[in-house]
Amino acid sequence: MRHEVIEKNMGLMIILIVVAISFGALVEIIPLFFMKQTTQPVENLKPLTALELEGRDIYQREGCLSCHTQMIRPFRAETERYGPYSVAGESVYDHPFLWGSKRTGPDLARVGQRYSDEWHRAHLYNPRDVVPESNMPGFPWLFENKIDGNDTANKMSALRMVGVPYTDEQIASAKTEVRGKREIDALVAYLQQLGTVIER
Amino acid sequence: MNELSSFWSGWIIVISLGSILGSFLLLSIVRKGQRFNSETTQTVGHEFDGIEEYDNPLPRWWYWMFVLTVVFALGYLALYPGLGNFKGLLGWSQETAYEREVAKAEAEFGPMFAQFSQTPIEELAQNDQAMRIGQRLFANNCAQCHGSAATGSYGFPNLTDNDWLYGGDAAAISQTILKGRVAAMPAWGPMLGEEGVHNVSQYVLSLSGSATDAQAAEQGQALYNTNCLACHGAEGKGNHLFGAPNLTDNIWLYGGSAQQVMQTVRNGRNGQMPAWEGILGKDKAHVVAGYVYSLSNQ
Repeated sequence: MRHEVIEKNMGLMIILIVVAISFGALVEIIPLFFMKQTTQPVENLKPLTALELEGRDIYQREGCLSCHTQMIRPFRAETERYGPYSVAGESVYDHPFLWGSKRTGPDLARVGQRYSDEWHRAHLYNPRDVVPESNMPGFPWLFENKIDGNDTANKMSALRMVGVPYTDEQIASAKTEVRGKREIDALVAYLQQLGTVIER
Repeated sequence: MNELSSFWSGWIIVISLGSILGSFLLLSIVRKGQRFNSETTQTVGHEFDGIEEYDNPLPRWWYWMFVLTVVFALGYLALYPGLGNFKGLLGWSQETAYEREVAKAEAEFGPMFAQFSQTPIEELAQNDQAMRIGQRLFANNCAQCHGSAATGSYGFPNLTDNDWLYGGDAAAISQTILKGRVAAMPAWGPMLGEEGVHNVSQYVLSLSGSATDAQAAEQGQALYNTNCLACHGAEGKGNHLFGAPNLTDNIWLYGGSAQQVMQTVRNGRNGQMPAWEGILGKDKAHVVAGYVYSLSNQ
């Protein structure tokens, strides 16, 4: 094999590089698209309601996933603290996944129903009011901002295109469901459903 | 559920082994039959900015490192799951590894928790080991609301002051932890009007001697008797059945200033204690109940 041939033909070199680096993806990613474990929702999994969906978008907007993961790994130390480990079937309606990759704060995969709505509101307004040693920022503007709901139905239609089973009725009523609600209520609704599908 | 179809299983096996074999072939080809000791001053023939490259063989250590990675890859894929549906010679999986870890902990701690669960809460509160465990469980699960010293904060009860909303005996504490509680103080603003709210708040404050407007307090008493007495009692001592707080002890969950009491009367309060039975399980909830009991029963 003559190096020169490859080194002096950029097109050929690019093709060969793409081939060389694609093996990992071909083996580790592509087969997952055809595996029941990763493509079938767990029992009773429901798409987020309109309000929860708006909450999810606020979760993304405020960058919650930079400090909180939503992925409990199968180690006893994690399941003792957070609850049963996460399984792929819980995330099939998530686009994008909000698993996160760094824990400055605790994992939130099963935070739903762990604390009261009141606690979440107090904590999100100023975390140090309830957890004095917390270094989480406060999000007071969520209590003032209102959701207009103009895009909610579109978001749901887009999610339906990628396989989230929203019904026509859900999409039609989305705007009226969320319009005028405070952002904090959407975010708390989102948090309170996290990880509640799996029986503990 | 974990099974791949045989096509995808074969796909993974062929590409994985193929790329390992390919890497090894590439290594063999570029050596071009060179010996390690065949150092030369001959260059590969190209030159950039005066920099040339000798046409030397791969260093020996580099060559063997490469061979070692190939051997490691094959060994790893033989022992652990990686090649499609092949489970690996060790039979390892993250599910079984997790189950083994849990079973080991269960064998170590199970008998202890079983023994704790047979011990009455009052007695458990005297058990040092149980209380150390209870303190850790409390810190992990309860401290977010009640504080790490269990002294509570605005809206979240202090558990150390022996003032109880739903009762402080062992059974009541256990019930509160296992099943949770939802408080139901209605909003009286619409019904009483702003003046009524002021008057009844002054009366409530007068029960702990902190009223600032005696005349309003007097007028508020009648409103109290018709509206508040059912839950908070004729003397304002509260009722554990409804989680209605004692109004006479100057301990305030939502603040004891005139403004704060008025806000409570006007808008109502619906403090919620989540149910922990499903999260902690009965045995751990029992230990936590013992810990909470111990906080005010030393």
